[in-house]
Amino acid sequence: MSANDLWTTTHGMVFGFIFLLGFAGALVGVYMMKAEWLTTEGTNANVNRLRVFLWLLAAAVWAAVFTGTYIVYPWYRAAPPEGLTDLANFPRYLLLANESTAFWHSFGMEWKEHVAFISPMAATVVAFVVQYYGAALTRKPEIRRWVMIFFTVAFFAAAVAGIFGAFITKAAPIR
Amino acid sequence: MATTEINKPNGPVAAALLAGGIGSAVLGLATISVEASAAIKTALNWYNPVGSLMGKSSLGIIAFFLSWVILNTIWKGKETNFSRIAAIALVLVAVGLIFTFPPVWHLLLGGE
Repeated sequence: MSANDLWTTTHGMVFGFIFLLGFAGALVGVYMMKAEWLTTEGTNANVNRLRVFLWLLAAAVWAAVFTGTYIVYPWYRAAPPEGLTDLANFPRYLLLANESTAFWHSFGMEWKEHVAFISPMAATVVAFVVQYYGAALTRKPEIRRWVMIFFTVAFFAAAVAGIFGAFITKAAPIR
Repeated sequence: MATTEINKPNGPVAAALLAGGIGSAVLGLATISVEASAAIKTALNWYNPVGSLMGKSSLGIIAFFLSWVILNTIWKGKETNFSRIAAIALVLVAVGLIFTFPPVWHLLLGGE
């Protein structure tokens, strides 16, 4: 495995997947924070775990966007030397050179690289709100609802980035 | 659960949500601005290997954290109209989502 492969995997399959896989568990954790469903002891135990979990997920998705933007993306968009016909090492140009694959850049990559940044901002907001209110969130259904909406937005943005990242890597891997 | 925790003012939470919305909206507006103007694209190219993506994303992130600090300073220890602020935040997030969607650029600016 080359350094490029390692970083691409770390970006998507480690940081990105930690967030995507952790989302459902954390969302259920927030949803379950209802005073009528939990004992005080249960609430306190749950909320402490949830606080740590949400900050870890927020950190993972920040790490995903930063490694993606500043380590992997420069390899993806690097321009080939003039006259080079083998574009295998220049994914952006490889995709655009063929009409049947240009979509993966002009739609997929263009969407992914921008929308992804909404995810860490929304996830950080969610982690902060749960940190701030803690167990009191069980008695604040409206705020809990908004937390779940923001968290779902964070997931949607990360999922778009993850899905297109996987397809683009398949169509034109970074070598 | 401590009573003080339940009675915590919602100002800091409203500040966080609205800041999230502002950061997303700035990201979206910066993205479509770059598509609309070559001059803005050049101005936001802060680091060549990444191109204008660095400028666009950094503006969104800076707007997010800066607005959070400012709003938190204003609303710290205060009760706000949370429903209204959260709804505004969601509209701003939607602005971010809409303007980072490539077909919208083509629809508004023309081209493919």
